[in-house]
Amino acid sequence: MSTPETPPPADAAATPPPPAERPTGLRAYSELGVSALLLAVGALVLADAVTMDTVASVRGPVGPRTVPLVVGIALLLVAVLLAVDVLRGGRGEAEGGEDIDLSEPGDWRTVALLAGVFLAFAALIDPLGFPLSGALLFWGSAYALGSRTHTLTRDPLIAAGLSVVTYVVFHTLLGVQLPGGPLMGVV
Amino acid sequence: MDVMLSASSLIDGFGTALTPLNLLWAATGVLLGTAIGVLPGIGPAMAVALLLPVTYGLDPTAAFIMFAGIYYGGMFGGSTTSILLNTPGESAAVIAAIEGNPMAKSGRGSQALAAAAVGHFAGGMIGTTLLVVLAPTVADLAVDIGAPDYFAIMVLAFIAVTSVLGSSRVRGFASLLIGLTIGLVGLDQMTGQQRLTFGSLQLSDGIDVVIVAVGLFAIGEALWVAAHLRRGGQGAIPVGRPWLGRDELRRTWKPWLRGPVIGFPFGAIPAGGAEIPTFLSYITEKRLSKNKHEFGKGAIEGVAGPESAASASAAGTLVSMLTLGLPTTAVAAVMLAAFQQYGIQPGPLLFEREPELVWGLIASLFVGMVMLLVLNLPLAPVWSKLLRVPRPYLYAGILFFAAVGAYAVGGEAIDLVILLIIGLIGLMMRRYGLPVLPAIIGVILGPNAEQQLRRALQISDGHVTGLVDTPFAVTVYAIIVVLLAWPWLKRLLPGARRRERVEDGG
Repeated sequence: MSTPETPPPADAAATPPPPAERPTGLRAYSELGVSALLLAVGALVLADAVTMDTVASVRGPVGPRTVPLVVGIALLLVAVLLAVDVLRGGRGEAEGGEDIDLSEPGDWRTVALLAGVFLAFAALIDPLGFPLSGALLFWGSAYALGSRTHTLTRDPLIAAGLSVVTYVVFHTLLGVQLPGGPLMGVV
Repeated sequence: MDVMLSASSLIDGFGTALTPLNLLWAATGVLLGTAIGVLPGIGPAMAVALLLPVTYGLDPTAAFIMFAGIYYGGMFGGSTTSILLNTPGESAAVIAAIEGNPMAKSGRGSQALAAAAVGHFAGGMIGTTLLVVLAPTVADLAVDIGAPDYFAIMVLAFIAVTSVLGSSRVRGFASLLIGLTIGLVGLDQMTGQQRLTFGSLQLSDGIDVVIVAVGLFAIGEALWVAAHLRRGGQGAIPVGRPWLGRDELRRTWKPWLRGPVIGFPFGAIPAGGAEIPTFLSYITEKRLSKNKHEFGKGAIEGVAGPESAASASAAGTLVSMLTLGLPTTAVAAVMLAAFQQYGIQPGPLLFEREPELVWGLIASLFVGMVMLLVLNLPLAPVWSKLLRVPRPYLYAGILFFAAVGAYAVGGEAIDLVILLIIGLIGLMMRRYGLPVLPAIIGVILGPNAEQQLRRALQISDGHVTGLVDTPFAVTVYAIIVVLLAWPWLKRLLPGARRRERVEDGG
């Protein structure tokens, strides 16, 4: 809540030293990765704008290139400013929340597992249909998130129930098309 | 004159809102909104984003009546969570936790919930009344403003969301630029030129705003929580039926009425919605209270005032959203996306072109508020049970519904991959303190701002002076300069340092 009062980055040098238990070495500067990403995106936007084929009829003095050029340059600028801020000790504040415990290091294995489950769902939704792939998505996500006691009993039942109910509600009540897949073809 | 016209339009609006079917949608919205808002980790913006696909099959009026319910329900649900759990996920509910949670711990949870519920009701009623009175006037004034003015307002929105909110401007701008870049993808609206599509047919339609919203809010949040899931968890405080005694009523009625005065104007300007007004309302109530010593330990005024301010700011948000097409909060941004989904462009002409929709929506805000009060007071013990849902199920469910929503947009599996990528960007933003709101505002307003810019320059035949040739635009740019220079201006003000320290303590 101290947001409006917190000093802006220009004051970075004047901010009190950060708490001592922060990670050191390379990890402390992982935020430079954000900078690198902004730099890359900026370069991409600029490259796309410059190579743009402007033979297409340009109505008005500002063509389709102008805004991408501005955005691209701004991205490069912000990437540099962010890098300077990080090197001077500025750190983005990780977001808190109801279920978030920031005292533990990040559990990136779970995140990778979830992303994998999600990609599998994207690959399976067309061949298997929504009810089956959706159930797999829920079950796999719950497993990845640490649901272990009911892996083969309650979890799959909830997953199947949720998936089928969602399919029926969307398909019949709300008129939103979801693929039924071979399973629904049989039923 | 205007007021009379508003009154008769509003009566027509009630005619729309009070049909049995629309009442049903309003009730569904309120219940869904509250249920989803109560669930930990889901704020109103995610609630609205996740529920967007539910409305695809509905006609616009029904969809927005439902949305209005979701919005208010979500806000009320969020304060229930902060009172009973004490770790609020959304900024607007932070203040509710400061006084509400100590109240709940000392066995006065019922009173805290009642003060919050009635506060929401009072704030919403007063705020929506102000909306009825002011919106048509604002729309009338806005009819005359042209492309340069619109462009100026949008630039103001960009600068305001990056400068007023968040602790770091450079991170705010980074977020805004990410949003603007996503908004660039697709065919240029004026020339049909492909931009950032890399020859892909899929990308030439642009990235649907719904996918961006669901990705940033739902997937980003779920992945971020997954990386830092609190093991063991905290128990929610059990609570009975909310009620207020005579003594509490004596202490709360003034804060309920004062809240909207602070909340409504802040909602209408692009300053991040309810965050600042709830804070200001809290400070005000603390200063005015006869029971100052209770603050921090469970002062009921500290729940009543801010909650009323939050609800009124939601109504204020709708003024800018409906009359100017300017979203000032994440929820309004998602709602604007929903309007665009139906091919409706909010703005000064909306009141003329879609009177049934607008007035039906406004009338249903009143209806929704009454439903909230009637449903939520008795249902509070039920809602509090939702706080015990096992976290793996909760976040698996968020991923599941986010996937449904993204797939429902176009029925293409590739959208799910784009959704995941945007979700990973949202994860990175949360990890490194990049605020999400500027990104979503950038995606939604960016293409629009570009069009206004180009239209303005077309009118002026390419002269940059065409952007500043109206007094309105000049005023807006002056505000932008002040906002940008604020950190330096602030130091020049006498006593600024001291005041900062006092507020930090509060």
